[in-house]
Amino acid sequence: MASNSPKIPNIAELMDKIKSGKIFSDIAKEITESQIWTSSFRHGYADTPRNRVLQIASNVWLHLHPVKIQRHALRIKFTWCMGGITFLLFLSTVVTGVILMFYYRPVGEYAYYDMKYLQYDVPFGMLMRNMHRWAAHAMVITVWLHMFRVFLTGSYKPPREFNWVIGVLLVTFTLLLSFTGYLLPWDQLAMWAVTVGTNMARATPFLGNEGPFAEFVGATPRYDVRALLIGGSVVGPPALLRFYVLHCIFIPLVAGALMIVHFWRIRKDGGISGPL
Amino acid sequence: MAQAAAPKKKAEGLGGEKLHVWPYLVRLEFLCAILTIVALTVWSIVIDAPLEEAANPTKTPNPSKAPWYFLGLQDILVYFDPWFAGVVAPVLIIVGLMLIPYLDVNPKGNGYYTYHERKTAIWVYSFGFLVLWIALIIMGVFLRGPGWNLFMPWQYWDPHKVVALVNVDLPYAFGVRTYNGAMLFGGAVILGYFAVGTGIYFFMERKALKSVGFLRMFLKIELFLIMMGIVIKIVLRLGFNIKYVWVTPWFNI
Ligand code: HEM
Repeated sequence: MASNSPKIPNIAELMDKIKSGKIFSDIAKEITESQIWTSSFRHGYADTPRNRVLQIASNVWLHLHPVKIQRHALRIKFTWCMGGITFLLFLSTVVTGVILMFYYRPVGEYAYYDMKYLQYDVPFGMLMRNMHRWAAHAMVITVWLHMFRVFLTGSYKPPREFNWVIGVLLVTFTLLLSFTGYLLPWDQLAMWAVTVGTNMARATPFLGNEGPFAEFVGATPRYDVRALLIGGSVVGPPALLRFYVLHCIFIPLVAGALMIVHFWRIRKDGGISGPL
Repeated sequence: MAQAAAPKKKAEGLGGEKLHVWPYLVRLEFLCAILTIVALTVWSIVIDAPLEEAANPTKTPNPSKAPWYFLGLQDILVYFDPWFAGVVAPVLIIVGLMLIPYLDVNPKGNGYYTYHERKTAIWVYSFGFLVLWIALIIMGVFLRGPGWNLFMPWQYWDPHKVVALVNVDLPYAFGVRTYNGAMLFGGAVILGYFAVGTGIYFFMERKALKSVGFLRMFLKIELFLIMMGIVIKIVLRLGFNIKYVWVTPWFNI
């Protein structure tokens, strides 16, 4: 190379290369044959059918997939990619949520000021909080859309009935996850939204103190399902602690387990549904 | 393109063309993931999550709204007592959704988009989702102001808006004045609604009864009647100022 005098680029030739797309393979060749590349990677990747299979089968994360898939299952028009995006958003909330947990204490005296601290003093604290909150909201929307597309494609029909049932549990837990998180900032928005929401439990037939037939069970404001949920008769510090534990431990574990079953069943039911 | 050809593929059976997941699916997922993460990051840089004043149990905001995804249910509270809107309705929604695969026995439209092969199913689901869930949420977020009164976007949220309380119970509107008479009248209306609805459905679908099964058809029509009952109650309230249809010492509907 060094001995060659530099070539004067021929415009017509260059345009041809760009048009035919050959320019990309040329650049790729230039990079992968450079000293830096060859010294870093000991051998290349040969794009053979065997290697394509091994990429999936011998990778712990990727082998959630089958190694081969029907062509129609790739169409974004078919799946809207919504199940996958829901899962990705869930993972985003797990990552950002764990970071928030390092700074946040679910105690009546501290919770709100920890939020302020996160927003104003913790490096990237505001960003982490924003990402956590918006990913959670987006997840609610994408899971509804996923459900809507599964309905429209009739994908709940045999043999996928049970995966739809798992899905309904997942959408329920997604909402509960969002709802329990809503209380944690411990501001006016949080406290009153959760007050409105949990007030409903008061009206549970038989088990809520204002519900129909409560007098036969003996439910009182301090002793009914609502009191069990929020640890008292008003949304106070015990409710904050309960919601924190539910939000950070119980519901994510259950939702995570359900997702594992959901993905396993997709494969056992023969992959993404399609016209037979 | 593949869409138009899809139904014709039936003859080919399961042996349709198969592709390697690596690279064809993995690269799509990767692209989707990058776009999603970029969108989320930009959104999070541009818009801050809200943080209001510290929680104060002595200061109730007006209106107090549940998180936006529950506002459909909160809106139903206008028309129903909390035991129904807040407890029974959500349970029925969850159970009803779970039952869908076991109630819808139409074998067509499994795994592809079609409207013509399953019109009723698509109508019922879309109505429930888009109107009773999404539209009520949008209304709850944007149009419900102090006192949970309805305000148009250009109207001032007046906390002292006066709304006349002119609602009466259905039996009263029909001239029933005694308490027990009203209870009987209301019960007859509600039970009659379900009985007549069920009867009509079973009569219309009598040929399908054998293949579909009694329990399936029964659950299907009851769930449908409950859903339409909610709509009817909304219309009765907004159009005719009816508060309750059935008043009993234990519960009111
Ligand atoms: C946390 C929530 C959920 C996650 C992470 C999730 C994830 C996924 C993913 C990744 C797929 C593959 C195809 C696709 O992306 O569309 C899928 C398929 C499926 N999902 Fe979900 N899902 C969730 C909730 C739901 C809900 C709420 C339902 C319905 C009630 C549901 C029912 C199904 C069914 C029946 C399939 C198979 C679709 C087919 O074969 O075409 N899932 N899900």
